[in-house]
Amino acid sequence: MAYSEKVIDHYTNPRNVGTLDKSNHKVGTGLVGAPECGDVMRLQIQVDDNNMITDAKFKTFGCGSAIASSSLATEWLKGKSIDDAMKIDNMDIVEELALPPVKIHCSVLAEDAIKAAINDYRVKNGMAPIESEKVHH
Amino acid sequence: MNLPIYLDNNATTPMDPRVLEAMLPYFTTKFGNAASRNHPFGWVAEEGVDYAREQVAKLIGASEKEIIFTSGATESDNLAIKGVFEMYKEKGNHIITTVTEHKAVLDACKHVEKLGGKVTYLPVKEDGILDLALLEAAMTPETILVSVMYGNNEIGVIQPIKEISAIAHKHGALFMTDAVQAVGKIPVDVNKDGIDLLALSAHKIYGPKGVGALYVRRKGPRVKVTAQMDGGGHERGMRSGTLNVPGIVGLGKACELCGLEMESEAKRLSVMRDRLQAELTVLEESYVNGNVEHRLPHVANISFKYVEGEGLMMAMKDLAVSSGSACTSASLEPSYVLKSLGLSDDLAHSSIRFGLGRFTTDEEVDYAVEVTKKAVTHLRELSPLWEMFKEGIDLDSIEWAEH
Repeated sequence: MAYSEKVIDHYTNPRNVGTLDKSNHKVGTGLVGAPECGDVMRLQIQVDDNNMITDAKFKTFGCGSAIASSSLATEWLKGKSIDDAMKIDNMDIVEELALPPVKIHCSVLAEDAIKAAINDYRVKNGMAPIESEKVHH
Repeated sequence: MNLPIYLDNNATTPMDPRVLEAMLPYFTTKFGNAASRNHPFGWVAEEGVDYAREQVAKLIGASEKEIIFTSGATESDNLAIKGVFEMYKEKGNHIITTVTEHKAVLDACKHVEKLGGKVTYLPVKEDGILDLALLEAAMTPETILVSVMYGNNEIGVIQPIKEISAIAHKHGALFMTDAVQAVGKIPVDVNKDGIDLLALSAHKIYGPKGVGALYVRRKGPRVKVTAQMDGGGHERGMRSGTLNVPGIVGLGKACELCGLEMESEAKRLSVMRDRLQAELTVLEESYVNGNVEHRLPHVANISFKYVEGEGLMMAMKDLAVSSGSACTSASLEPSYVLKSLGLSDDLAHSSIRFGLGRFTTDEEVDYAVEVTKKAVTHLRELSPLWEMFKEGIDLDSIEWAEH
């Protein structure tokens, strides 16, 4: 199976690799997946006082598509409000990276990571977490 | 050095140019049907097949009359297992095999179960080797066949074939081995090893794809298998179908070359493989899978913890290897062979198989070491698990959301 150019680009030059201080109350952290399943994503957002995402970082254990999905997610998150970020859909990632059907779960994981990071931030800052209506898997 | 570099010689091997040369006339001038008994075109083709039969037999210490040509080892495995089950059903209906066999054996056994047979799938020890006491305990008066692979395709572990066949014979069962990875790489002798049926393939030993053989013992005991394909009664009635003459000639030549070069080649490969392994296991948290003493000379299967195999292979630029990671298989399950060694799923996901071959050079091994080290280091920088490990967090203490 050949990878799309965009997957290779994100994989070769991953954007925003790194770690934010998870104890900072302005940082939201999402850790999703499981080592047994072969992919774990950790996505972090730095949010300002207007609920705008000013920075995003990731680290991912997984295949090339999982790494590319999370790299792309951090790019999309920066500059978005947390409400707009909540609207990012896994199928947008699939489309942008031209992921084949067997790799759709990588995009699902990225969406889950975004939502988990936002909810972590919300809970830390006295807001109720938003339950996702989507049922994956 | 030409890129990319091929280190996946357990999947298939490039054909040796000397094999190709031997085959070429049989596509054009010597095109006859080996079953045409009444004209020179047939005779010439038959001569080629007969010679190849001797070449194959010689490599495994058999007689040429004991070689049945097939389309490859998958067919040989199927013919042996299903054929013995049908032929010996009066005697019993029980077959014993192991969980680390190739799918061709496992799925042929599943088929036998559907036909009412009983199959015992024995586990292996942590190093991939079968526990002989378990085999002994599993034998019953109904057992007609024990099928254990000679050398494993994923980890290269070599089973104690002599001891296993002795147990099978003591209980009156036949012994079959899928020897695809072992034949031509290490000495295999059907008489010394007590083998009654043996499957081999040309494309794993620098021959062409689409051709293989099944060794079927003729003396002590005389073994028979029921044909699985009906037709012209070729190959002593065990395998109908016009013989693939160029392929068979190629298989023969490939066997001859292995016989001549195996001893020195095994030494050369094991030195290179050991060097590759030693240089890669310098990396923290890297583990060699399977027994390292009883192992084919050209294989090393190594898990690099906290990085995922498919992602790793993508970073190993210009290096063709394979992985036990789920992402590389259609089933999305990590390697059943690695799991059967008791490896946790995450270590199975992190495994890379290096398979060296006849055309592998020292320079290529150097390149592979360098690229692999770089890739592992790069991906660990990207890995949240590596970061947690470095911070001393016990990954087992985290409640992972399995998906």
